[in-house]
Amino acid sequence: MNTQFWLIQTFNGVSYGALLFLVGAGLSLIFGVMRIVNLSHGSYFLLGGYVALSVIWTTNSWLLALPVAALTIGVVGLLMERFFLRPLGFDPLRQVLLTVGFAFLFQQAALDIWTGNNFDINPPEQLTRSIVVGGVYLPLYRVFMIATALVIGLVLWLIMEKTRMGAAVRATVDDAQMARGVGIDTSRISMLIFSLGAFLAALGGVIGGAFLGIYPGLDFEMLPLAFAVVIIGGMGSLGGAAIGALLVGLADNFGKALFPEVSYFTLYAPMALILAVKPTGLFGRE
Amino acid sequence: MKSQKIKILFVVVALAAIAIIVPNTNSFVLLLATRALAFAILVMSVDILLGYTGLASLGQAAYLGVGAYLTAILATRYQFGLGYDFWLVVVFGILLGAALAAVFGLLAIRATGVYFLMITLALGQCVWGLAYRWNSLTGGDNGINLRARPKFGIDLANEVTFFYVVFGFFAVSLLLLYTLVRSPFGRSLTGIRERELRMKILGYNTWLHKYLAFIIAGGFGGLSGVLWAHTAGIVSPENVVLTTSVDALLMAVLGGAGTLVGGVIGAAIVFGLREYLSTLVPWWQYVLGAVYVLTIFYLPTGLMGIPERIRQRRAATASKDQEKKLASVTT
Repeated sequence: MNTQFWLIQTFNGVSYGALLFLVGAGLSLIFGVMRIVNLSHGSYFLLGGYVALSVIWTTNSWLLALPVAALTIGVVGLLMERFFLRPLGFDPLRQVLLTVGFAFLFQQAALDIWTGNNFDINPPEQLTRSIVVGGVYLPLYRVFMIATALVIGLVLWLIMEKTRMGAAVRATVDDAQMARGVGIDTSRISMLIFSLGAFLAALGGVIGGAFLGIYPGLDFEMLPLAFAVVIIGGMGSLGGAAIGALLVGLADNFGKALFPEVSYFTLYAPMALILAVKPTGLFGRE
Repeated sequence: MKSQKIKILFVVVALAAIAIIVPNTNSFVLLLATRALAFAILVMSVDILLGYTGLASLGQAAYLGVGAYLTAILATRYQFGLGYDFWLVVVFGILLGAALAAVFGLLAIRATGVYFLMITLALGQCVWGLAYRWNSLTGGDNGINLRARPKFGIDLANEVTFFYVVFGFFAVSLLLLYTLVRSPFGRSLTGIRERELRMKILGYNTWLHKYLAFIIAGGFGGLSGVLWAHTAGIVSPENVVLTTSVDALLMAVLGGAGTLVGGVIGAAIVFGLREYLSTLVPWWQYVLGAVYVLTIFYLPTGLMGIPERIRQRRAATASKDQEKKLASVTT
C-alpha cells in the first residue's frame, strides 16, 4: 500500500461522494422542509437511469438523456407529492409507509417496462478516457462526476442563500408553522422541493448508471446510502449533505478496500452512533 | 368486559380453525401458512413497538436475522440443534435477539418519531452489512443452506408436523404478548404511546419502559428467526435487508397496529399475494403496492379496524336519525 493506492482510493471515494451528494441533497431538503422520510428516493435514482436508457436507445444521445430523465422523474415526484402525500396531511408514519408502497409500485413498473436485465449507460467517448495527474491515471468520467456535483452544489447554494425563494425554503426548514404565519406558501415549497429532490436523484441515476449499472434492486441499495449521507450531514442542510456525502463516499471506498468483510458495518455503525449522540446529524439545526 | 371476551373467543376459534383446516389442504397452502405464522411472530414484535409503545422500527429484520443465522450456523457447522438441542437453539435465538436489542436499544430509545425510524434503519443496515459481507461466517450473498430439520421423537421434516410446531410457537407467543399488553407494564406502554410527557410527570421511567419493550420485541424477533431458518431452509442477507423490515412494518399496519392478531392477518395477506398471486399473474406486485397505498389512505387503523369503523358509522347515522326524529317531534 503506497501513496498511489491512497491517492486513487481517495479520488474514487471523492467521486463516489459526488454521486451520493446528488442523491442525498434532495433527500435532505425533503426531510428538512416536509419531515418526510422518503423511502421512494432510491426508486427515483433507478427510474432516472431507466428513462435515460430509453432516451439513449431512441436518440443515441447521452447529453439529451441527462435533462430528459431528470425532468421526467421530477414531474413524477411532483405528482406524487401533490396527489398522494399532500392529502395525508402531517402524519409521518403514514407518509413513510406510502412512499414504500410507491417504491414497490415503481419496482414493478420498472420490471415491466425495462425487464430485469442489467444495463450499462455508456457515456460519450470523450468522457471515457483517462487523464494523468502526477503519475496517477484518473478516469475522466469520475472527474466529470465531481465537477457536476460541484456545479450543482454551487447552484443550489446560490439559490438557497441568495434568492427570496431560497430564504423561504430555509424559513420552512427552521419552522414551518412560523413560515406559514408570515405568509410563505409552504405547501408550494414542499411540492417544489420534493420535485427537486426527485430531479436530483434521477440525475444521479443517469450519471451513476455508467459505473454502477442499472438493475432491479439498485433502488433499495442506494436508499440506505442516501440516508447515511443525510443523517451524517444533518437533515435539511445543504452543506451538511455535501460533507456527509464526502464522508460516506470515502468510508465506503476505504472500507471496501481495507476491510472488505465488515465494510458496510464500518459505514452504518458510525451513522447509528451519530444519530444516537446527535439525532439532528453533525450539521443539522433543531 | 363482555366484548373483550367475545373477541378472545373469536380469535381462539379462528386459530383452531387454522389448525384444523390448513393441514388438510394442499402442500402449497401448508407451506404458505407455515411461513406466514413464523413471520407473524416478527410482525407481532413490531406491533408491540408500533401499536403499543408508539415506536415505528425500520430495522426489525435484524432480530429475525440474528436468530436465523444463529440457527443456520449452529446446524451446518456444529450439527447443533438438530435433535432435542433444538430447544436450546430456540432459547439461544431468543436470548441473542434480546441481547442485540439491548445493545441497539441503548442507542435508539432516546430518539422519537422519525428519528427512531432512521436510527433503527441504520442499526438494521449494520446487521445486513455484516451478513452480506462477512463471507467466512455468513456465506455472504449466497447465504447458508440448511440441509435438515430437527428430529426429536417427532420429525420436523414432515411438513404437517412442522406446521404444528410453528403454529404452537405462534400461539404461545400470541398468548404471552397478549398477557404482556394487558399487564400493568403493557398499560404503561400504551400510556407512553398516548402521551409520554404525562407518563413522565406521573413518575414513570418511560425510558426504561421503552427499553424493556424494545428488548422483548428483539427476543420475539430472534424466536421468529429460528423458526424462519427451518421454514425457508435457507438464510441469506435477503432476510435482513431493509425491505424485510419494511414488510414487517407494513404487515402490522395492514392488519391493524395495536391489535397483535392483526399482524398474522397482514402476514397472511402479504405472503398470500406474494407467493400465490405471483404464480398466476406477472403484475402481482402492483396489487401488493396498491393494497399498501389504499390501506394507508382509507384504512389507517388497518383491517382489524374495519368492524370498529362500521360501528362508528352506524352509531353516527343512528344518532342523526335520532336527532331528526327529535326535530320532527318538536316542530
